[in-house]
Order: sequence, then C-alpha cells, then structure tokens
Amino acid sequence: MSLLSKLFYYFEFPFVRYAFLVGVLIALCASLLGVTLVLKRFSFIGDGLSHVAFGALAIASVLGLSGNGSMAIVLPLTMIAAVIILKTGQNTKIRGDAAIGMLSVGALAFGYLIMNVFSASSNVSGDVCSTLFGSTSILTLSKSDVYLCIILSAGVIAFYILFYNRLFSVTFDESFASATGINTSLCNFIIALVTAAIIVLAMRLVGSLLISALVIFPAMSAMRVFKSFKSVSICAAGIALVCTGLGLIVSISAGTPAGATVVCADIIAFLIFSVLGKVLRR
Amino acid sequence: MQIISVNNLAYGYEGGAIVNGLSFTVSEGDFLSVLGDNGSGKSTLMKTLLGLHRPSSGVIEFQNGLKASEIGYLPQQTPVQRDFPASVREVVLSGFSGKLKGPFYSAEQKKKAKENIEKMGIEKLSGKCYRELSGGQQQRVLLARALCAAEKVLVMDEPVSGLDPNATADFYSLIQRLNKEDGKTIIMVSHDVDCAVRYSSHILHIGCHIFFGTAHEFRHSSAVTSLICNEDHDEDSGHASLAPTHDCHGGKKLCFPGDEGAGRVHGAAGKKGGKKK
Repeated sequence: MSLLSKLFYYFEFPFVRYAFLVGVLIALCASLLGVTLVLKRFSFIGDGLSHVAFGALAIASVLGLSGNGSMAIVLPLTMIAAVIILKTGQNTKIRGDAAIGMLSVGALAFGYLIMNVFSASSNVSGDVCSTLFGSTSILTLSKSDVYLCIILSAGVIAFYILFYNRLFSVTFDESFASATGINTSLCNFIIALVTAAIIVLAMRLVGSLLISALVIFPAMSAMRVFKSFKSVSICAAGIALVCTGLGLIVSISAGTPAGATVVCADIIAFLIFSVLGKVLRR
Repeated sequence: MQIISVNNLAYGYEGGAIVNGLSFTVSEGDFLSVLGDNGSGKSTLMKTLLGLHRPSSGVIEFQNGLKASEIGYLPQQTPVQRDFPASVREVVLSGFSGKLKGPFYSAEQKKKAKENIEKMGIEKLSGKCYRELSGGQQQRVLLARALCAAEKVLVMDEPVSGLDPNATADFYSLIQRLNKEDGKTIIMVSHDVDCAVRYSSHILHIGCHIFFGTAHEFRHSSAVTSLICNEDHDEDSGHASLAPTHDCHGGKKLCFPGDEGAGRVHGAAGKKGGKKK
C-alpha cells in the first residue's frame, strides 16, 4: 500500500504527470512507425538519425539555445539527414548501411567535439551524458514542451491511421505498390521525415543512444506472436504503452534513470513474447 | 484488338542498353511468354512495360483504351516478404492500394478481394499468415492480389520459379483458365521453354537472338535451334538453365542433341513440323 500511496504522491507533481504523458505518447508513435521500419529493413535509420540529432543538439547548446529553441535547429537538421540517408540507401555506389554508419559516427564525434570546445557549461560530461542517455530531461519538461509533443504525436498517429493501407502496400512489396500507382518515393520520403520527428521527440525520453530500442523492440516482440500486419501494429502499440508506463513508474519510485529503465522493460517484454511465440507455435 | 505496341525499344541499366531495337505487339486475350537467358533483361522489360523503369529509347504505347492502372503485376518475391507478418486477406486487399480514394478500402473492394481469393481456391487460407504458406500457395495469393489491381492485363515475373512440379502444373492451369475463361491478357517471364511453348499463344525471346511470333512459329523457327546450341556451349550438360527439370503436364521433356530422344525440338527446326506427332 505504501508503494501505491508513494506513487499517488509523486503524481501530484505536474512534472511527473508531464513526463508520464509525453513518455507514453512518444513510445506509442515510435512503436507504430517501428513496425514499418523493422519490416522495411530500415531499423538502423533510427539509430543513425539519433546520432545526427545528438550532433544537432550539441550545435544548439553551443549557440545557447535550449528547450523549444533548440528544436528549431535539431528538427530540420535531423530531417535533412533522414532524407540523405534514404536517398543514399537507394544509390548503389554507397551502400545504405555504410552511409548510415558514416553519418552517425561523424555526427557523434562532431557533436562531442564542439560541446567540449565551445560549451559554456562547467559540466560538459554531465551534459553529454544526459543527451546520450536522457537521464533527467524527461522530468524537466515545460508546459510548451508537452503541448508540442501532444501535437506532434497526434500528427504521427493520424498519419499512420490515414495511410495505414498504403503503408502496408509499400512495406510489403514496393515494386508492386509503385506498379499500381502509389508514389513510393513520396511515401518513403514522408516515412523518413516522420521518423526524424519522432527521434527528436524521443531524445527527451530515453536520450539519443537508446532511441532505437523504442522503435525496434515493440515491433519485434509483437512479431514473435502475431501474424497479421494489423494485429502486429496494435500489439506493438500496446507493448510500448505498457512498457513505458511501467518503466517510468519504476524509474520514478526507485530513482533509476528513466530511459534505461524503459528500455529494460522493453527487453523483458521481448523475452516474454519470444517464449510465448515458441509455446504457441507448438 | 491490339492493346500494347512496343516499337524499337532500347532499355537497360545505368550505363548501357542491354536490349536494342525490340519491337512487338500484344493483343487482347494473348498469352505472351518472354524467354531469354539469365541477365538478358526479361525482368527489366517487365518493369519498363509497367513504367517502373525508363527506356533509353523507343516507344511503348497502350492502345484501344488500355490504361496503365489496368495492368496487374506479379513481381518476383523479395527477401522482405519471407518473414513478413501479414494475413492472406491483407495481402490480397493491398492490390487495391493504388485505387484508394480515402484512407480505407470500400466494401465493394473487400467483396472483390474475397471473390479473387475464392477464384484462386485459397479461401481456406485467407486468415493464415502469408509467411507460413508454401511457395505455390504464396504465388496464388500474389496472383489474387494482382487480379485486384488488374482489369485486363497481368504481367508476371517468373511466377513458377522455385515451385515443385505439381505446384507448377497447378499454377499453369490456373493462368490458362484466367486467360481462356476470363479473357485476361497474360505477359509472363519464364525460364521454362517447354511449358511456355505449350501454354502460351505468343513467344518473345530476347537475348542475342530476338524472336517474336506465335508459339507455333517459335517451334519451327531457327531461334530454338540457336537457343539450344548456345546453351550447349555454355553449359557442359546443357540441362541446367534451359531444360525443365520437371514436366509441366504431359511428362514430355525438352531434349538436347546427344540425349536420348534428341531432335524433338532440334529436328523440328530443321524439318518443319517434326514435332507434331
């Protein structure tokens, strides 16, 4: 009972409620898009983009921007990187995976370098650590952060529902989709932009190193058990909701880092679903 | 009624044309098989016909009211599909995805999808997961999807590759029914000369020798002879890529000079009509 009353006590603080709301919304968006990204063999785009977002955030913090001000730099830069990665992925001269590798490592190194050289803050390694692992920033959200996040998540979820059938077609068989008249390159372009937006949002929650977990784990867990695209999408969203909710509760009550705890909850869910999938297949 | 006319077409990958000066026509109700060696550009020709690939020169014309959206496509399977969680119903419905007006499929489209599933004889599988089906069943699903997209023409890229003999025979009779009973025009890439000659009305052979004509003309043309001679030079056994390792219906096999029973095709080319027994 003491645990529950402790939780109620925590939820009286607005920043805890904000963190909970934003965390769950971001996880929901990331998991929905994750189904498409994983199936299209694009899961590493999320990883690459998160490093780019780290580099962009470093630029923003050197310029003295924080909060929503930094978004003005981070969001467009990450979106540009998303489009570049997607275009080079189709180019046969530079392989997609190598292009992502170069871009992500380059952005990571560049970001750390300029943070070290130009940063006005006295605690550079603390800044870097919180950007990489999102240790506390989820608990320092302002009201405008929360509104921005709600609007963007609503946009992503609306996009997913409205384009659900086209997304399926493009994901399952791109050449068939373009033969039937779907503009697949436009579709891929939009997917890249939405991915970039989610990654920039999710940086607040889990930090840039752990974002891929939010994208990949729910989809992979759902695919262990479910067999249709619809059920996998719904299940992935459900897993993301439960894992993020539980992870945040544990993290708030036990004082563990929010991002890492949420990812651990996702890993546990994956293990449970793997076993479940094996048992059901028998 | 002529519906597709290809005139002096050249196409290829970046950097150079693989095929030059290709001309042929397709009429309504035709069953055209496209033959040729590996890498001769059969799949690329299909993509060029569908507008997925830009030709380097020449004209492809759709005539007598044929629209690009009336052509259905059965592409080669991709590695992505092998572990894709999708039910048969979802895959077949996605044939309509190019015709979506709003975000969702209409009741009429759902009904049509159901009819196509029944037509392919896979209604028992419609709730099953695509990745758990056999190769032949998967091709039926993809064919049902192509039927949702196509009103008139079906373009298929090696639909029987990787199927066992029974599944191949089933699939051919299915295509033949679509062609004869439903009047669908079929354009099919194939590796299998014997079945192509047996089932199709027209043959297009691309490669070093370009041949276009009816299956009957093909049987008696020199293209067959040169085809076999080339294969004999390329491969020790001559069996590997040309000869069907299975029989598609009647159990007759395409034979090679030196084999027992050689000259069925070879002789036909020389003597004219030698094949008809």
